[in-house]
Amino acid sequence: MRLKSFLKSTILASACIVVASSALAQDKPVLTVYTYNSFTSEWGPGPALEKAFEVNCTCDLTWVALEDGAALLARLKLEGKNTKADVVLGLDTNLTAEAKATGLIAPHGTDVSALKLPIAWDDVDFVPYDWGYFAFVYDSEKLKDPPKSLAELIDGKDAPKIIIQDPRTSTPGLGLVMWLREVYGDKAPEAWAGLKPKILTVTKGWSEAYGLFTQGEAPMVLSYTTSPAYHQIVENSDRYKALVFPEGNYMQVEVAARIEGSPQPDLAKSFLQFLISPEAQKVIPTTNYMYPVLDIGADLPPQFTALPKPEKSLLLSPEDAAVNRDAWTKEWIESVSQ
Amino acid sequence: MRRSGRIATPRTAGLSATVLTGYGLAAVLGGLAVAVFALLLAAGGDAQSAPPYAYIGRVLGFTLWQAFLSTVISLLAAIPMTRALARQAQFPGRMLLLRLCALPMVMPTIVGIFGVVAVYGGSGYLAWAADAAGVDWQPRLYGLAGILIAHVFFNLPLAIRLLLPAFASVPAESWRLAAQLGMGSRDIFRIIEVPLLRQQLPGIAIIIFMLCFTTFAVALTLGGGPRATTLEVAIYQALRFDFDLRLGAMLAILQVIFCAGGAWAVWRAGRQMVLGNTARLVAYRYDGRASLARLADFGVIILGAVFLTLPILALVQRGLAGMVAAASVASLLKATMISLGLGLAGGLTATLVGYLIAQARQRMLSSGQKRGAMLLGLTGRLGLFVSPMVIGMGIFLAATGSIDLYRIAAAGVILLSAVMALPFVLGVLEPALEVAAARHDRLCAALGLTGWNRFCHIDWPTLRRPIATALALSSVIAMGDLGAIALFGNQDMVNLTLLLYGQLGAYRLDGAASTALILLGLALAFYWTIERVVGGRELH
Repeated sequence: MRLKSFLKSTILASACIVVASSALAQDKPVLTVYTYNSFTSEWGPGPALEKAFEVNCTCDLTWVALEDGAALLARLKLEGKNTKADVVLGLDTNLTAEAKATGLIAPHGTDVSALKLPIAWDDVDFVPYDWGYFAFVYDSEKLKDPPKSLAELIDGKDAPKIIIQDPRTSTPGLGLVMWLREVYGDKAPEAWAGLKPKILTVTKGWSEAYGLFTQGEAPMVLSYTTSPAYHQIVENSDRYKALVFPEGNYMQVEVAARIEGSPQPDLAKSFLQFLISPEAQKVIPTTNYMYPVLDIGADLPPQFTALPKPEKSLLLSPEDAAVNRDAWTKEWIESVSQ
Repeated sequence: MRRSGRIATPRTAGLSATVLTGYGLAAVLGGLAVAVFALLLAAGGDAQSAPPYAYIGRVLGFTLWQAFLSTVISLLAAIPMTRALARQAQFPGRMLLLRLCALPMVMPTIVGIFGVVAVYGGSGYLAWAADAAGVDWQPRLYGLAGILIAHVFFNLPLAIRLLLPAFASVPAESWRLAAQLGMGSRDIFRIIEVPLLRQQLPGIAIIIFMLCFTTFAVALTLGGGPRATTLEVAIYQALRFDFDLRLGAMLAILQVIFCAGGAWAVWRAGRQMVLGNTARLVAYRYDGRASLARLADFGVIILGAVFLTLPILALVQRGLAGMVAAASVASLLKATMISLGLGLAGGLTATLVGYLIAQARQRMLSSGQKRGAMLLGLTGRLGLFVSPMVIGMGIFLAATGSIDLYRIAAAGVILLSAVMALPFVLGVLEPALEVAAARHDRLCAALGLTGWNRFCHIDWPTLRRPIATALALSSVIAMGDLGAIALFGNQDMVNLTLLLYGQLGAYRLDGAASTALILLGLALAFYWTIERVVGGRELH
């Protein structure tokens, strides 16, 4: 009998908990954020940001984690006005003009005056949350005398070999195409012809390239100036170093935006505001290994402060990037396929 | 339905519920594919520019060429290897080698690439060995060679797994007769094995050809540059980079046409062979006993095993070294449970659907409707020749505004991974059902055994092993899924593959290597368990 009543009360209690928790879950408004999956992985900024944001918002922050920025934009275009997203996070300035053209992006309505970026930020739709410089990262154990400029890398003999990414499938790959265009203008095809003999292979994404690089396939890879900070902070190693070139390094700025017509406009606004708060920004360096968009003072690890910074920051406007992306990628295919 | 002249099948048995469900499922699959293409085509695209015909032509040429070469090399290697394995039915490590053959199926592409590079790359085992031996030689992996090595590494084991049951299905009577006639190794090959290969190879060739035709990351990463662009890359470019849905759909249709055309051509080259009614005795092959034959066989087996295991060995080495940087036990455990759960659910779905479609196809074949049978077989293989990206985009395009796919993510992942695994189920079950039909259809018709009764008493005992293999193979494939789970992007549904990609994307290459090792070990155990539990003990 005692067992029976015990079982009964257990069932009753658990039923109460289930009902109560589902009621609670329904009470809380849900903020859906579309992003890319390395952002929400346990090594990315996602989990810490979610926890910090949910403390104050009395809401449920839900991620939808897609493959990458391009997948994100494609999903938005597919879903159009029916999208479940309240916020989209993880586009970069190469994609923002196209995202804007969908008519799905609402003005951020956020105060961005405190931001500290190498460029002035006056976009009224997109809020930047981190940024970095593309750079060639080299293995100092294999390469004693790395090229000192982009020109030296391009004009040099067959060595050193580099691994780059395909601009059609990867953000850094597209970044390099823009970079060479910014430096060499219409002479970019000639520059690519000079670079071609040094290219060991062109990978689908950053992960393949970086994996092959650390496996020792080539002494140089296209990555970010901030990559060495990871090896210093986590692996305590100075082996990998990034090159800054006197011609300047091309930038990547990652952004977030609100979706027009979302049922949670206030929540979305407060999320964007939170994203550029010191609390969120201090999570960025050691998770995404990019620079924060705020001066977070002592919260920026010393390994980041010690990183080399290029004299010149190169970045095309979103409009120029959108207009030329196709033509320049075709040009790249032609010059590298020859 | 047309009455068969050769086998007197009662009408009632001809249209059993099983067969009808099989037709229905195939119709649903085919209908979905048509709907996806129609939606994407209707969605329109970049109207101001004409499709880049020259570019597409170049890409198509390269895609066909590398897929053709990969298929031919994989099959040419698989034939002697499988023959040697069939002739030498007992040696230590044989079962392990066969089970290792399931591993490349579950291996995420990027992991397979790292494994191949660790052996054949500029600082891989080969380069190291050459250096140690004082030979001034550098392997040149990147280019067509790299693509072919990786494709053979991925597909040779699959070919062996699918081909070996055929070699084992030669009835004991044949061997007795061959022995009586004093047939030598060459005669056996010509008279027994070549007809067998003519029957079995087409189906296997189609699977490998399609897998290589739709390759993406392997071609880009190991191909050395944009000259190694495949049609799948062009589809990606159209759908993602340019968001030109119409061009993407047209390229995907082109892919379907070439894959289906290839399948049709290969099928025509194949020949139906009925092994006939036998006592189903178990016999060992008497050839391959001579010392010279043994030497040759073991030479082939060792060569193949080295080729297959070296990259796996490299992954194990890296995985063990990376254990110190492994993900937390909690997240590994959770990802493992999700991988196993989704794998088993996807595998069960694929096997059930595959069995029904294969039954329906067999019914058509038995009643002489060859074209219908081929159409059913092709429909079941849609997951192979329709780009997963196209399927994914089509589903979201169709559902948006009416169905909240994010809420039913688990069901969506299971169904989609089942569609992807279905071709492999059919690859295993179709030949098995053909043999079973040839052996038992007349008997069952005479006894009036149909439906569930027939399944329990006749089909299950004979088909148990192939069903187990199909289930094991499809479960392992669904377990290693990345495409379906990444499509829905549910934050609580992270399997081992996705965990691994998360680590790779966050510089955690050592941790990713350890996750890969766990994934491979788990896949091996999973495969082994399913084959053993469902399939029962080996006959010999």
